[in-house]
Amino acid sequence: MQITVKLFATLRENREKIMTLEVSEGTTPRHISEQLGIPVDDVAIIMINGRGASVDAPLQAEDVLALFPPVGGG
Amino acid sequence: MQKFIRIDMTTLKSTITEVPAKYAGLGGRALTSCFVNDEVNPTCHPLGKNNKIIFAPGLLSGTSAPNSGRMSVGAKSPLTGTIKESNTGGSASQMLAKMGIKAFVIEGKPADDQFYVIKLDINGVTIEAAPAEILGGCGNYEAIRILGEKYGAHVGIALAGPAGEYRMPAANISFKDPDGNMRSAGRGGLGAVLGSKNVKAIVIDETGAGKVPIADPEAFMAASKVFAKALLDHPVAGKGLALYGTDVLINILNEAGGLPAKNFTAGRIDFNDNFSGETMNATITERGGDGKVSHGCHKGCIIRCSQWYPDKQGKYITSGFEYETIWGLGANSEIKDFDTIAYIDRAMDDVGIDSIETAVAVAVAMEGGLIPWGDGDRVLEIVKEMATPTPLARIIAGGAGVVGKVCGLYRTPVVKDQAIPAYDPRAIKGIGLTYATTPMGADHTAGYCISGNILKIGADIDPLKKDGQIEYARAMQIGTAAVDSTGMCLFVYFGVADNPAGYQALIDMINAQYGINLSSDDVDELGKTVLRFERDFNKRAGFTNAHDRLPEFMEYEAIEPHNVVWDFSPEEIDEVMKF
Repeated sequence: MQITVKLFATLRENREKIMTLEVSEGTTPRHISEQLGIPVDDVAIIMINGRGASVDAPLQAEDVLALFPPVGGG
Repeated sequence: MQKFIRIDMTTLKSTITEVPAKYAGLGGRALTSCFVNDEVNPTCHPLGKNNKIIFAPGLLSGTSAPNSGRMSVGAKSPLTGTIKESNTGGSASQMLAKMGIKAFVIEGKPADDQFYVIKLDINGVTIEAAPAEILGGCGNYEAIRILGEKYGAHVGIALAGPAGEYRMPAANISFKDPDGNMRSAGRGGLGAVLGSKNVKAIVIDETGAGKVPIADPEAFMAASKVFAKALLDHPVAGKGLALYGTDVLINILNEAGGLPAKNFTAGRIDFNDNFSGETMNATITERGGDGKVSHGCHKGCIIRCSQWYPDKQGKYITSGFEYETIWGLGANSEIKDFDTIAYIDRAMDDVGIDSIETAVAVAVAMEGGLIPWGDGDRVLEIVKEMATPTPLARIIAGGAGVVGKVCGLYRTPVVKDQAIPAYDPRAIKGIGLTYATTPMGADHTAGYCISGNILKIGADIDPLKKDGQIEYARAMQIGTAAVDSTGMCLFVYFGVADNPAGYQALIDMINAQYGINLSSDDVDELGKTVLRFERDFNKRAGFTNAHDRLPEFMEYEAIEPHNVVWDFSPEEIDEVMKF
């Protein structure tokens, strides 16, 4: 199945900011993070389709996964 | 002896006394709100002779504590009609604290049209006629330069820009930063209050001032080290804010579907990377020249969320270029060019107008047909016209509520006539409770629930659900009222929210400075006390729970991508301020 992955802030360094990936059923944000060489501990905020999600939530076809390092402002 | 200064603009005389006993243990917002509640008639006209404006450094200002250089300005607001505390960086807070000035108050009103400069130094107060060349439309950058030539480059300056001189409801007070640029006590129109008292500027000369006395210097240094480490070790306070500024929020709010777009008609845009924090960092780095990715707004800031944004030739355009401003002109008004947004930001600083209120007012004016959608060049012209205001410039500078009325719109994103900033409360419910209930009118900084709802700092709450939001919005507002009283930048919260030792170090610094023994419960109680002063003032000014509501359209206009409306009942909202 296909999913879209978006990376933000420091996670974009030396990586594409948006990409389409072909993944198997049961793939999780943890798997994607590892596949992209991002230590899971560096990911502070995970969203699937704009909603907060856990690192082990299984992805569905056409999902948009967004990974952020710790960020803040105000 | 700490000093309490009163400047009477009716008689042009000042008095310097010891600090009244009831204010001795207060600083920053606690002091300004207590004073305004005590002495300002809640039903007075904000621009009349009976309003008073007070400037107070925080409890820790002037010390070596990191990030302690914030100052509170308080008065009755001409924008909202409520009590107001507006918080700023710049150099004034540290200087006043070192001079032993607990607070100064400006009251009364001259009978004629003469504008004045008030000078504070270790000999006292001097009130002089303002130089003619800084009046009648002179921009703040030039006014600061002229005042620097007259009084010395080292002085601290607080001034009303042209927008303040003309008493426009969204006028800010601009504060000179360590580099001669500006920080703002932005919200609530306090520049208009200064202008109504014919005060163009306050010049602060700390020459000859000593150090802030510390009761237990060793304990203070020890706590200060722990506190600094807590900030520097935190990935947001110590690194992220310096890299991307507050503008890093564009992409995360967009992804979360909580980035208000086209005057609050959607929650997401597709041109976010035109002006995201990542783009800001890349643009500044690539252009070089005067550009600086990170910059502190006051001496002793180690978070450094500010920056210098340069033009294509590398020449400085603006600093303190904030997420809320960029959101308001970008996502909410559809101005898609980053440099144009930067020039408008500079123009707003130069004229002395709140960049949040103005940006939201611009989007409302676009919806009302006064300005074409996305026309940044026209917006820049109008902001510049605020210096010698045309009728349209005056309407926009009246704030979002005024523009909505003038244009006959129901979709006017304000609470208590103050514009709702950059986080849509339909998609991020916690912040909606803050907007509705803070005594300030819609203000994200009064209880920044984005932290636990989106950033997952200090809490982990689903932004789309009601669960836990009431308690969270209450706790954040109480905590913020306390932090606003310390002189600390609000962003220290990121460093201490999940670090109890860091938070304890903040309290330990206050205890070491004053030789007292506050507990965290006492600090909590201080925050509650501040909110009680403020709510008492508002109640006596005629505000009721019925004013603690979001604009009605949010209850029936759902926004994409999550297709959500604002669904807290009045009874639920009223729970927030029950403590």
